[in-house]
Amino acid sequence: MTARERIAGNVASYVDDRTGAAKWMKKNLTKVFPDHWSFMLGEIALYSFIILLLSGTFLTFWFDPSQREVVYEGGYAPLEGLKMSAAYASTLHISFEVRGGLLMRQIHHWAALIFMAAIVVHLLRVYFTGAFRKPREFNWIIGVGLLTLGIVEGFLGYSLPDDLLSGTGIRIAEAIIQALPLVGSYLAFFAFGGAFPGESFIPRIYTVHVLLLPGIFLALITVHLMLVWYQKHTQYPGPGRTEKNVVGYPLMPVYMAKAGGFFFIVFGITAFLGAVASINPIWLYGPYTPGQISAGSQPDWYMGWLDGLVRMSPPLETHAFGHTISWNILIPGLIVPGILFTGMALYPFIESWVTGDKREHHLLDRPRNAPNRTALGVMSLTFMIVALLNGGNDIIATNFHLTINQIMWFSRIAIFVLPPIAFIVTKRLCLSLQRADRDLVLHGRETGRLLRMPSGEFVEVHEPISPEKAWLLTQHEQNPPLALEEVDSRGVRRPGVIKNKIRARISKANAEAVPKVSVEDLKEIEHH
Amino acid sequence: MKRLSRFRRHKAAGPLLLLFALFTIGTTFQIADATTTPALTAEARTAAIEEGKQLFLKGCSSCHGLNAEGGAIAPSLVGVGAASVDFQVGTGRMPMADMSTQAMRKKPVYNEEQVQALALYVASLAPGPEIPEAATLNYERDGSAAEGGELFRTNCAMCHNFAAQGGALTQGKYAPTLMGVEAKHIYEAMITGPQSMPVFSDKTITPQEKLSIIKWIKAAEAEPQLGGASLGRVGPVTEGLLVWTLGLGLLIGVAVWLATKAR
Repeated sequence: MTARERIAGNVASYVDDRTGAAKWMKKNLTKVFPDHWSFMLGEIALYSFIILLLSGTFLTFWFDPSQREVVYEGGYAPLEGLKMSAAYASTLHISFEVRGGLLMRQIHHWAALIFMAAIVVHLLRVYFTGAFRKPREFNWIIGVGLLTLGIVEGFLGYSLPDDLLSGTGIRIAEAIIQALPLVGSYLAFFAFGGAFPGESFIPRIYTVHVLLLPGIFLALITVHLMLVWYQKHTQYPGPGRTEKNVVGYPLMPVYMAKAGGFFFIVFGITAFLGAVASINPIWLYGPYTPGQISAGSQPDWYMGWLDGLVRMSPPLETHAFGHTISWNILIPGLIVPGILFTGMALYPFIESWVTGDKREHHLLDRPRNAPNRTALGVMSLTFMIVALLNGGNDIIATNFHLTINQIMWFSRIAIFVLPPIAFIVTKRLCLSLQRADRDLVLHGRETGRLLRMPSGEFVEVHEPISPEKAWLLTQHEQNPPLALEEVDSRGVRRPGVIKNKIRARISKANAEAVPKVSVEDLKEIEHH
Repeated sequence: MKRLSRFRRHKAAGPLLLLFALFTIGTTFQIADATTTPALTAEARTAAIEEGKQLFLKGCSSCHGLNAEGGAIAPSLVGVGAASVDFQVGTGRMPMADMSTQAMRKKPVYNEEQVQALALYVASLAPGPEIPEAATLNYERDGSAAEGGELFRTNCAMCHNFAAQGGALTQGKYAPTLMGVEAKHIYEAMITGPQSMPVFSDKTITPQEKLSIIKWIKAAEAEPQLGGASLGRVGPVTEGLLVWTLGLGLLIGVAVWLATKAR
């Protein structure tokens, strides 16, 4: 035993004697995780969150969350001598006088955009591969919660500097609060401590932005990761991979190195963006005054779809009993997002209700093998993209020489027409891919080699695919639709006939598939 | 010297000296001032108006009418003033390339002298806003960028965007970018209100305030791209686009690379 080993051993036993960590670490450091690039999308979100915590802490050292009026005397000449809030002035100070301040602000903001984008792609991966199925429904709900809170946190963040754009955003938020029937105006007064803009809103959202929400994030992310740890990671299907095992590499040293390295790469890419590309140039926006507005005022992208929905809604209002109900804000600003996010959170339960499947699933689906789910995902995505594009309708109009009215009308129609089309097309595509898989297993790969038979006939030579590939293409389950009889065994009608009919109908559509290759099929082929 | 000093107390000495002084000052001023405004003589003016009329009859009258009285497709130009002509023709908007929603800025068809002649002709029909003289457009001296920024955000940013990059209006109309627009043309646009733009009279925004606005626009134009590539200064849309293309592209690319098995 060398001196170094002896010292290391001594330190290790010293710690172990006091914490009992050795047993726990021995078990957990060798925990196996499957290897795939799409399993690293959530990691991007996690690392962005750490970057946000670090850069955000730096910004709090100088940011003054106050709407107290000050006269600007800093170094940026085009704003010299203007009256503004201390929040805006201190953000200018961070941008122009604090060493590295602008870089940190830009890293913080880029990291926020990456955080939200990474959450979305991670969510798409989880959805399209069916990773949310039992036992991971709770983690799915936590994920939806993180996404929702991320939208709120991001909005509060870019509202803090009190520049013209952020003030415009807060004004719209106030309008959405006010659109709530009956309680709206009271809630708005409560949130703003009086009439808009008041002097309390920025100090209040500052506390929420830097204390409350990051705390909730930390807690939810911890539970999210602990559940992944406890339930083990899902894996893609393949030879040797079952519902009972996990094929991959141990945490130590492979994933420690990979994850550690990936963190620094994410940090590097974020810092690169912060260094080369300007984001939220608040000095150009000017200080917020309710009397001013800029053309092309948009929210950050993760709110853009909401803005797009509001922009396309027709001016509907009802006046009743001295109250105004603004449907034009209420529907796109609260009702539609409410339905979308509730539906998303409940989706695992809806799917299991449709399939009647209550078993655990640790092997992921190939998206084509769940055509209905994939089609529903593409349908929702189409809805969101139409809404998001309409959120930037003025920028699109000026850059592509279109009219903003045409884009609005296109969106109004497309938001209803395109998602169902996307559903049908995706479902057909999935079934076609299943058919292609079936052909591949039955007839093998097309080699492109042409053979002339003695009879003069030309045929293309097909090569059988590898057993591994054949396994991948045939391993999935194809379950029949739910059989819900209207009468029970004694001929008595069951309760809830209509509900069962609907359920059976959906279940039938959900189970639609091209039959996968069976052993009998292969035997029959061999006879030819 | 003695002979000259004898006339020192002559009755005419005072008035003569005064005349001499006035003459010297007047001449010096004339020479010094001559470079800024070449005064048009009455004949030159008449000739220019005539030239302008000929240009008008050839290039403009098919839409605006033989006497600039307007028609079914173009407005009357009686009373629009020289400033309006200088803006529309000087920035190449007129003559229009096609009858689309809005006249686009393009390379001017007429040279400076011809624009001047056209402006004089139109101005001769009825009085209207005049072309601001170069001496009154010294925005660097007479304007304040901070005040201009405030005025810009209050009166202009709603259409032209916070950084004067332009923006969309309804039905395909748009507020153009103000980057690279001459101070004279910005001033003329404010006093004549071309196309969808309202007129900002001297009572709404004083001439000095107009110069402040121009000074701020010029400062925004000259401002270096602080914080890296400006992404067009159009707000969060381009930022979102960059994050979904370059940002996520790089990150997912690295993830794919990290998950690749060593061969």
